[in-house]
Amino acid sequence: MSAVTLVKDSVNATTQELDVEKIGIANAANDLVIEDSMPTSRKKVKKTQPNYTRKIDSEFVTFLKNIIPPAFGLLVFLGLWSVLTIFQPALPGPVSTFKSAVLVFKHPFYVNSLDDQGIGWNILSSLGRVAMGFGMAALVGIPLGFLIGRYEFFSKMCAPVISLLRPVSPLAWLPLGLLVLKAAAPAAIWVIFISSVWPMLINTAVGVSKVPQDYMNVAKVLNLSEWKIVTKISFPFVLPYMMTGVRLSMGIAWLVIVAAEMLNGGAGIGFWLWDEYNASNYEHIIIAIFVVGIIGLLLEQGLILIAKRYSYE
Amino acid sequence: MQTSTSVNTEKKVATIPAQERYMQLEEINMTFVTKKGTFEALKNINLDIKEGEFVSIIGHSGCGKSTVLNLIGGLLEPTSGLLFCAGREIFGPGPERAVVFQNHSLLPWLTCYENVYLAVERVFALKETNEQLKARTNAALELVGLTHATDKRPNEISGGMKQRVGIARALAMEPKVLLLDEPFGALDALTRANLQDELMKIMMKSGCTAVMVTHDVDEAVLLSDRIVMMTNGPAATIGEILDVTLTRPRNRLGLAEDQEYNHLRGEVLRFLYDRHAKKAA
Ligand SMILES: Nc1ncnc2c1ncn2[C@@H]1O[C@H](COP(=O)(O)OP(=O)(O)O)[C@@H](O)[C@H]1O
Ligand SMILES: [Mg+2]
Repeated sequence: MSAVTLVKDSVNATTQELDVEKIGIANAANDLVIEDSMPTSRKKVKKTQPNYTRKIDSEFVTFLKNIIPPAFGLLVFLGLWSVLTIFQPALPGPVSTFKSAVLVFKHPFYVNSLDDQGIGWNILSSLGRVAMGFGMAALVGIPLGFLIGRYEFFSKMCAPVISLLRPVSPLAWLPLGLLVLKAAAPAAIWVIFISSVWPMLINTAVGVSKVPQDYMNVAKVLNLSEWKIVTKISFPFVLPYMMTGVRLSMGIAWLVIVAAEMLNGGAGIGFWLWDEYNASNYEHIIIAIFVVGIIGLLLEQGLILIAKRYSYE
Repeated sequence: MQTSTSVNTEKKVATIPAQERYMQLEEINMTFVTKKGTFEALKNINLDIKEGEFVSIIGHSGCGKSTVLNLIGGLLEPTSGLLFCAGREIFGPGPERAVVFQNHSLLPWLTCYENVYLAVERVFALKETNEQLKARTNAALELVGLTHATDKRPNEISGGMKQRVGIARALAMEPKVLLLDEPFGALDALTRANLQDELMKIMMKSGCTAVMVTHDVDEAVLLSDRIVMMTNGPAATIGEILDVTLTRPRNRLGLAEDQEYNHLRGEVLRFLYDRHAKKAA
């Protein structure tokens, strides 16, 4: 009620806002009416149809429903991209990028010099680096996660260091790597290691700490050895948590590699991207982006498949 | 635990547990320390159990039945008091005391066979060959009628079958004492009746001592030699102990009209719902 004593202007302002809101509500109501009318008309059609046609229909419809939206999305994306190139002629369009990609992938494994190799070699050397850094992160992160999840002392001991180091941006670690390792390639691996170790470590630790008391009681009653507890109870239970961590870590590793290579030089998809930019092969920049995206997608899907294979449910 | 041992030993050494006093709970007190403060769950529990006896613990939910069983199982240590089994003080779990959990507690990533084998392996691996261990595992599964489901995972079988595997796992250890915490509580009435009958047969065959927690009056009377009735918590203790003198083997159909059976049933009901009724929460 104190609103009555407000200055007139502000009262006006609020009423205006209210009006706007009302219009918004009216529009929403209209939308609702339209949406509402759709299902009823569909229902009527369905009712008159015998059951078996509906079944056949629905299979076909679900197929279309699964195919059409993604295809449509990609088309919209290509359309927007094309339109953008009209206003920004410097940006290569879909057609010229595709033509250029055909050429690039014609000879993916040529080697002219250390700085001029086919895209296949660049991809492989990036993957190799990721495998090294990520592999080391897994070797360190997963066992450490087990210890942290299993022993409270260890957990409390590691908590401050982890909370301190985890939020640090991946590339902040690069100079340190260069300083200590004195070479670009191991520094890139170091950056991948330090930025992808956290999700595996933390997810594993969370999983271990969540092992149900029931299972631990079984372990106690059966008097299982620590080794049996790990292999028969903790590990199988933690596996899904761990796989989530592995997936997140892999995502980070792949995100980081491009940036690390750009700053570092040598071979690799990130280096290639930067190099092509400097050489004004702008189509290649976009090709590199797609390559990075597609490989990231494949890695993710591969890990999801592995996770499914080892899930006990 | 340390101090209570030293205080009580002089008194108890004299009473060496014989056949008649196979298991002893001596002046058990149990106080839980929680974040909100302490909670006195059990007070002054005294109980002697004979070898081969089937004892049921009955009481309203939350009175401390599981706590008593976990103390015997060695999963908990009493705040004060002593527990003996076969003349030895109970320190932690041991293979001579097997537990059947209410929620079966099978490991979902192992098959029925592997779940049972885990227990067999632990108890007999040092003394026996792999063949013998396999034979034991299969025998235990056969005993509970699950030969056809050995390679199934727990989530592929019914609740009753899971509980059977739980029983097989416990029995496969050839325990001297079988501890059952509301073993059939989560099952439907028909499955429960079935498993009760089978448990009776198995116990007759094996002759091992059993302590079963239940809140089912019929189950308690049907299976037990003695029924321990607990008062309501906090500071729950043993209210009364009822001897069940019905002859074995017992038949649930025949007992339905048996006077003694109905009298015993009435006794337990009166204890639970009259003298120690629990106020509706
Ligand atoms: N670990 C524990 N910490 C604190 N309180 C507990 C713990 N275990 C059991 N209690 C309490 O002790 C009482 C008895 O529990 P429980 O033995 O599980 O009862 P019942 O099996 O008869 O239903 C309950 O009030 C419960 O809340
Ligand atoms: Mg209980």
